[in-house]
Amino acid sequence: MAEMTLKELTTLLRECAGEEEGVDLDGDVMDVPFVELGYDSLAVLQTTGRIEQDYGVQISDDAAAEAHTPRMLLAFINESLTQAAAA
Amino acid sequence: MSTAQAERTAVAGAAYGREDRAAAPVFTGIGVAAPNGLGTKDWWSATLAGESGIRPVSRFDASRYPATLAGEVPGFEVTEHIPSRLIPQTDHMTRLALTAAAEAVEDSGLDLSELPEYAAGVVTAASAGGFEFGQRELEALWSKGGQAVSAYQSFAWFYAVNTGQISIRHGLRGPSGVLVTEQAGGLDAMAQARRQLRRGSSMMVTGGVDGAICPWGWAAQLTSGRLSTQDDPRQAYLPFDARANGHVPGEGGAILILEDAEAARERGAGHYGRLAGYAATFDPGPGRGGEPGLRRAAELALAEAGVTPADVDVVFADASGVAELDRLEAEAVNAVFGAGAVPVTAPKTMTGRLAAGGASLDVAAALLSIRDSVIPPTVNVTGPAEGLSLDLVTAVRRGPVRTALVLARGINGFNAAAVVTAAE
Repeated sequence: MAEMTLKELTTLLRECAGEEEGVDLDGDVMDVPFVELGYDSLAVLQTTGRIEQDYGVQISDDAAAEAHTPRMLLAFINESLTQAAAA
Repeated sequence: MSTAQAERTAVAGAAYGREDRAAAPVFTGIGVAAPNGLGTKDWWSATLAGESGIRPVSRFDASRYPATLAGEVPGFEVTEHIPSRLIPQTDHMTRLALTAAAEAVEDSGLDLSELPEYAAGVVTAASAGGFEFGQRELEALWSKGGQAVSAYQSFAWFYAVNTGQISIRHGLRGPSGVLVTEQAGGLDAMAQARRQLRRGSSMMVTGGVDGAICPWGWAAQLTSGRLSTQDDPRQAYLPFDARANGHVPGEGGAILILEDAEAARERGAGHYGRLAGYAATFDPGPGRGGEPGLRRAAELALAEAGVTPADVDVVFADASGVAELDRLEAEAVNAVFGAGAVPVTAPKTMTGRLAAGGASLDVAAALLSIRDSVIPPTVNVTGPAEGLSLDLVTAVRRGPVRTALVLARGINGFNAAAVVTAAE
């Protein structure tokens, strides 16, 4: 299964939790903390829930909660996608 | 009212640290989302023009239900009023509440960033929380499973959601809460806000915006047996009319800024009027008989305000639309004021009953009646029920308004009354 890209993640974040005014999600946000992007833990939870639905994978809530940046969250998501593909 | 009652009221007032009538809090901001107008200006001009917002339900297909009419807020473009981040997490009625709250805050002229961190709070009334949101997520639960339910369901359908969202958006971290007393809630919330002012807060965002125009909300409201099944908007909600046949539900309400009088004076703010008196009572329990509590609520509120019935220029009626309840309200009003001795109006005939939003919208109307020296009309009522002996205002009436009494009854025995008085 192809890895999820930053572009795909930000699209889902927008759909699931909206976009904070004054934040450019299309910019270089890979290492910008979610808090600075205007997303709280509930916004991340809402988005990972959607990814679980769409991709048929399990993403641990604890892992998602520890992912403070898009890069960290993508790492967890793609790890889950790889495991799901291997299973 | 007896002397003993008046004394008890005075003692109760003193117990809360209320020193004199000059200390009554003042309304410094109004925000409105109503079926006959979004925003205070549009709603008030429609109200004075007698324009109704009651129409066939558009938010869902109500054609197979016994009741097919509703008061829906017109022209609400969500992206114009609500930040992107709040859209996925809010029910329609919360978006209306946030819009009304933003209008009220702006109207007050307050710079909230200047206030001490815990000086301002939020107390709203609610009847159900976000029913439409809740229905959608429950549908997701039984059709797709728990994983498909929005994380935002955790608060979007909760009674306190409007209080919480307003508090977060405006950074109001002072004492806050929610009142759930059906139609009486719009007044009960203001009274709780007043308590917080007496305890030291300097301003409170209060009132109610409500709405559950969705299949689930409809099913719940139909169980009251009080919804009109008329399909002609001009004949569906006729309180005090011989043709009274129930009410039409609506969405919306008003959010008001209630401010400590001294704090408002210190910042040089003008205001619409004072919350001079308030009281709440309960009806006797089922089967116990006896008089309902509405008259007592009205008398206690007048006593607390220090005004006599002769001082009252207009009564904003609860206006149930159910013949027996209309008769009981007329009897209560006439017992306090004398038969036909005070103008009575029900502008909610243009909006439908707004649950927790109804009485706060009536308070907004009372404040603007004072400002503009005018009483808004009760529409569509052409043949008053026999023997009610009310001076029902069915066309706009011009003349000074200095004191208004707002009455509200919530299903299952809640009564509330508020007295609103002019600035000086």
